[in-house]
Amino acid sequence: MSRKSSSKISRRHFVEGTGAGLVAAATVAPLKGQAPGADVKNRTQGAPSSPPRTKIKFTINGAERGMEVEDHWTLVELLRDHLGLTGSKIGCDRGECGACTVLLDGKSVYSCSQLGVWIDGKSIITIEGLAKNGRLDPLQQAFIDHDGPQCGFCTSGQLMSAKALLMHNPHPSAEEVRAGMTGNICRCSNYNHYVEAVLAASAAGPSTGSGGNAA
Amino acid sequence: MKTFTNVNPKSVQEAVKLLGQQGKTTAVVGGGSDLLGMVKERLIQPDILVNLKTIPGLDKITEQGGEVRIGGLTTLATISQDPTIRSRYKVLADAAGAVGTPQIRNAGTIAGNVSQRPWCWYFRNGFPCFKNGGKTCFSIAGENEFHAIFGGGPSYIVHPSDTAPALVALDAKFRIAGPAGERTIAASEFFAPPSKDPSRENVLAHDEVLVEIHLPAAPRGLRSTYHKELDRESWTHAIVSVAVALEMDRDFCKKARVVLGGVAPIPWRLPKVEAMLAGKRITPELAAQAGAASIEGAQPLAKNKYKLPLTKAIVKRTLTAVAA
Repeated sequence: MSRKSSSKISRRHFVEGTGAGLVAAATVAPLKGQAPGADVKNRTQGAPSSPPRTKIKFTINGAERGMEVEDHWTLVELLRDHLGLTGSKIGCDRGECGACTVLLDGKSVYSCSQLGVWIDGKSIITIEGLAKNGRLDPLQQAFIDHDGPQCGFCTSGQLMSAKALLMHNPHPSAEEVRAGMTGNICRCSNYNHYVEAVLAASAAGPSTGSGGNAA
Repeated sequence: MKTFTNVNPKSVQEAVKLLGQQGKTTAVVGGGSDLLGMVKERLIQPDILVNLKTIPGLDKITEQGGEVRIGGLTTLATISQDPTIRSRYKVLADAAGAVGTPQIRNAGTIAGNVSQRPWCWYFRNGFPCFKNGGKTCFSIAGENEFHAIFGGGPSYIVHPSDTAPALVALDAKFRIAGPAGERTIAASEFFAPPSKDPSRENVLAHDEVLVEIHLPAAPRGLRSTYHKELDRESWTHAIVSVAVALEMDRDFCKKARVVLGGVAPIPWRLPKVEAMLAGKRITPELAAQAGAASIEGAQPLAKNKYKLPLTKAIVKRTLTAVAA
């Protein structure tokens, strides 16, 4: 993340400075934020190096939950690093790729562009909340049937955008599906299969619109 | 990301007080889409984030004596779907619906959209340009295909907001709260050219909050629309856009407001084009003349001359479509 000038521009500095290295930057940042050897879980409250923390309550995939969060944690960091919900992915970490998409009070948002502390009193649905009683959401099944995932990295975000779309518009046209999923990039470029899958799930019946824990 | 304290004020007055405290770096945050990216890129390093989302009542659309008032924290998704905005102020619904992606529109607020920082790649990548506190604009001699053709100098950024040209076209008023009380200014006075202060895009002081946007009662026969031209089909900023608001009496245009986006450091009004249209029937010929007049005075940079024919064409087409 450093932008200190050096007489010799290394590839690492160049990549980090231009945005192509955002993934690398995202993985480096949390380590830099910690004091050497510090364990976030065991950090003493009020120690000089301790980042500001706040107690919050929220609903995650239907279950109520209370915890103390560091103010600067993004929502996706809270989900992945502190709740073990690693289905939401960090791609760009800048609200551009959509891999971290979750539902916040029933609306799709980039969880990298929300702070964990802001979800106090709110309800979050992640990819882990779609399947119900061991049964896949019809959208998930349609994604499988239509070979939606290629490398799979963007898939959970694609599913959450599709879920948000069908919750508000249970029978979209192909054009509406494309418009509804513009916020999710697939670098395998399997967009057409995703659109087919969403249309198939929408045609399959009304259960899709209120499936999962999102109702 | 840098550590900071998130503070949830309960009122606008409290937010203003928090923003103005001495000895701390503070930043105001609405939806957070732009601000958190700025913190992650270390373009700003706040000690305290003043989160407006917990102030009650800032996200409502209300009506008072014909005037429609939009709380600053109203999301772009809400505005694009609101029946009143869609039927009376279509240009604003179109513009709000043209922003980014569904995720951005669900989080992004109208106040944040009009006060977002520029998306010039030099600024966002931390170059020491005017916007980052430096004394130069790298786009002049650099990669300037997305930069200004109007109103540039000494900085050549383009204002990135879609809703800003729409609000200027609608002659909206911005209600701003600060330490000395409130002030209400015209949308066109909110945006400030770089000749005034090249480090900023508007007149909002650091300890002021854009509380509410007022849309004047829609005049009879108001027809309005927003057209956004992109260099791909979705998910980017306008390379050129146009907000058009026409007061029509049957076939005749009584009054026109035409504002360009994506071409200047502020929403760029076209007074000469507006005067050409007033009192006339908008024929294809007049629309073409207006298109030609829309680029008068443009000063393109080395790599953005393509914006000239594009501007001409979308002004012509959008006027024709609105008047039809």
